[in-house]
Amino acid sequence: MPSHEPLAASPGRTEVGVTTDRRRILCLFAHPSIDRSEANRPLFAATAAVAGVTLVDLYAEYPSGEIDVDREQARLRGHDVICFMHPLYWYSTPSIFKEWQDLVLEHGFAYGVGGTALHGKLFFNALTAGGPEQAYCAAGYNHFTIRELLCPLEQTARLCGMVFLPPFALFGARTAVDEGRIGAHVTDWVRVLEALRDYRLDLAAALPLTKLNADLDAILLEP
Amino acid sequence: MDGMLFHAFIYLAAAVLAVPIANRLGLGSVLGYLIAGILIGPTLGLVGAETEEVQHVAEFGVVMMLFLIGLELEPKLLWEMRARVLGLGGLQVLITAVLIAAAALLLGYHWGLGLAIGLIFAMSSTAIVLQTLGEKGLTRTDGGQASFAVLLFQDLSLIPVLALIPLLAAPGLSGLWAAGPGGSGAGAAHGAISLVVGLPGWGYALVVLGAVALVVLAGHYLSRPLFRYIAESGLREVFTASALLLVIGIALLMTLVDLSPALGTFLAGVVLANSEFRHELQSDIEPFKGLLLGLFFITVGAGIDFGILSAHLATVIALTLSVMSLKMAVLLGLARLFRLQPGDQWLFALGLAQAGEFGFVLLAFSVQNAVIPAELARMLSLVVALSMLLTPALFIAYDRLIAPALRTGSAPAPDSIDELGTVVIAGIGRFGQIVNRLLLASGVRTVVLDNRADQIDLLRKVGIKGYYGDASRPDLLHAAGISQARLFVIAIDDQDRAVKMVEHVRRTYPTVKILARAFDVRHLYLLQKAGADLVVREVFDSSLTLGVAALKALGMHPFKVERMARAFRRHEAEGLTSMYDLWDENPDIARNLVLQARIREHVGSLQDALNSDRLQLHDRTERGWTPPPRGFNRELDGDE
Ligand SMILES: Cc1cc2nc3c(=O)[nH]c(=O)nc-3n(C[C@H](O)[C@H](O)[C@H](O)COP(=O)(O)O)c2cc1C
Repeated sequence: MPSHEPLAASPGRTEVGVTTDRRRILCLFAHPSIDRSEANRPLFAATAAVAGVTLVDLYAEYPSGEIDVDREQARLRGHDVICFMHPLYWYSTPSIFKEWQDLVLEHGFAYGVGGTALHGKLFFNALTAGGPEQAYCAAGYNHFTIRELLCPLEQTARLCGMVFLPPFALFGARTAVDEGRIGAHVTDWVRVLEALRDYRLDLAAALPLTKLNADLDAILLEP
Repeated sequence: MDGMLFHAFIYLAAAVLAVPIANRLGLGSVLGYLIAGILIGPTLGLVGAETEEVQHVAEFGVVMMLFLIGLELEPKLLWEMRARVLGLGGLQVLITAVLIAAAALLLGYHWGLGLAIGLIFAMSSTAIVLQTLGEKGLTRTDGGQASFAVLLFQDLSLIPVLALIPLLAAPGLSGLWAAGPGGSGAGAAHGAISLVVGLPGWGYALVVLGAVALVVLAGHYLSRPLFRYIAESGLREVFTASALLLVIGIALLMTLVDLSPALGTFLAGVVLANSEFRHELQSDIEPFKGLLLGLFFITVGAGIDFGILSAHLATVIALTLSVMSLKMAVLLGLARLFRLQPGDQWLFALGLAQAGEFGFVLLAFSVQNAVIPAELARMLSLVVALSMLLTPALFIAYDRLIAPALRTGSAPAPDSIDELGTVVIAGIGRFGQIVNRLLLASGVRTVVLDNRADQIDLLRKVGIKGYYGDASRPDLLHAAGISQARLFVIAIDDQDRAVKMVEHVRRTYPTVKILARAFDVRHLYLLQKAGADLVVREVFDSSLTLGVAALKALGMHPFKVERMARAFRRHEAEGLTSMYDLWDENPDIARNLVLQARIREHVGSLQDALNSDRLQLHDRTERGWTPPPRGFNRELDGDE
């Protein structure tokens, strides 16, 4: 691993002047019944194949819910990008992520006095939602945009000094396979991961978006 | 022989009749025994001259009691009490003796005579006080502990007092008795053989030190291999015999070197308090102690000389009351000085106000040494007896007048260490060890029993403390403190015994929760039926853990395996509950056709629960996290 200097937390900062040639990405994955998953399973498999990405299946690692805080904190220290990969459950993450946050993001580690371990890292969700995209707006039956619903996570990331990126989201996930949308989504996901890894994602352009995959060509720089 | 049987019959009959009645009336067993003694002695005249002899035998009950008290008291605790023993006890004896001596001096007696009487009355009755405190459950209160400290000091001071008394003889009196026995040291008290007669001071000191060292070292190093050896023989009565041998042997050694036998056995008790045989010794000695003490109290009652009493009734009563109030005043002052709780101050002062059995011993000894005239001694011994007779009344006064007033006041904060309560664990094999380690690590106090001495020994070598003894014996369970325990854990591997244990504990200690280890389902049901609150099959969890590991090794997702295991556990528990009634109708499974059918159904439904069609999604493992049907959001859209 090349020597690494953490990114500044200020959102306007571009890639210029950063000394590492690759970002190390940590994908924390949670799906409590992966056997029946249609959307997340192919995403999981594709992620595993991307070089430079660490993929952790939280439910496999902690089947009884007993999270190893030291191990998780070490993982966070060793990466520059933290991604929560999960289906959207009740407008939030599956429960193990909540437990994970409650235990791992300790005072003195993630926030508060001396809590600078996460400063400058990027944070985002890669989620799949059963509801259609148009339902996630003030006029839709979900009333809020997905970014609004993720506010608790956004604020958590901010308190920990991380840069919160919009979610990489698949809507209408229950019918994505039937409607043939899943293949393209997986391809996009791999592109996003590689671009993040190689400093080819225009953070300034991405930050205000509702979802990261709104128009990939607009935020990804060509190699 | 006939005479002995007759007397034994009289004593026992009196006790059997009087004690339960006294207890029922709330007077306590001590008063019951005393009354029984008065009935058969002075009142009915059934026993007479031999009471004094019997009393010497019965005094051995006090020796045994101190051994038992020592067993309860670990050396560390004793050391923590040192300030109270020396300070509280020393001041009590000193101040009381001096005040009484001063009073005697004022009445015109020789100062030596006065001091002798003072020392005699400074003593309290270890037998009555400790027995009563124990019966009322007050031993562990602050007042109880302080009383014990004082009694311990009095016991210790008996030897120097015996040495001092011959020096107090008034010149005129000693001339009269010059030819009599006396001046030969403490051993003369009972006319026993003594090894130390004529030794110089330093030689005596050496012998005493040697004897104490012998008790401590032998108690620590020799007795345990011996007990282990006897325990392995499995002969109960031989163990009891060896326990008695130990106590009697030490008492003998102590009398040979002119030390108090009670003190010696107390010391031995303390030495053995940490040993694995503590509870076994306790339950073996306990019945002897109880009987002998009872006998002792009877002889006190029987020994009251009504002739002298009626002749000097007013004097005796006046003397008794003044001695007791003086003692009480001193005790109350000291209790204040040593900052006992208000209620405990009263318990302490009322409880120790009497004169004690040592008073009889010292009186006899003083007469022998021409310190106190025989006539006066007879009256004083009535005062001692009467004060002992009044003691139960004082305890009752404490119970009725002082204790209720305390209860309405602010209750003391509960002891934080004992908040979780004690757990008695029977059986410290592979099963009990795990339970014990978890409880200990969580700060729970446990008392561990096992009937294999080698197992207990092995565990002690690795730092786990257990006691030897057969936990299916009620007396041993009692000695282990089951009546105060919150939980009783049965982890032995003898199935029938485990069931009997549950039955006994459920019947005798209804408030103790029972957690038991079962061999299989049949045994589980038997334990439940016997009244266990929770029963766990011994290999169920480990088998399930291995099954889980197997599924994971096959590549199944760990969280799915976890859910399967949870479902399995639930299904199993439900099945066990639902089949209990069928089993109860006819426990013979081979003949119980309905039960057999239900078991088949249970096994079959498990397969359903874990292997049913995924698409139905209504079984247990797949019900969680099932997404809504695909067309679900269209309905919602329609609502908008
Ligand atoms: C417990 C539960 C809660 C859900 N909550 C939501 C929700 O709040 N919003 C939504 O759009 N979909 C919700 N869904 C649908 C899931 O997001 C959807 O099934 C999932 O994204 C499909 O991905 P998969 O095929 O990888 O399981 C929920 C599903 C479950 C099982």
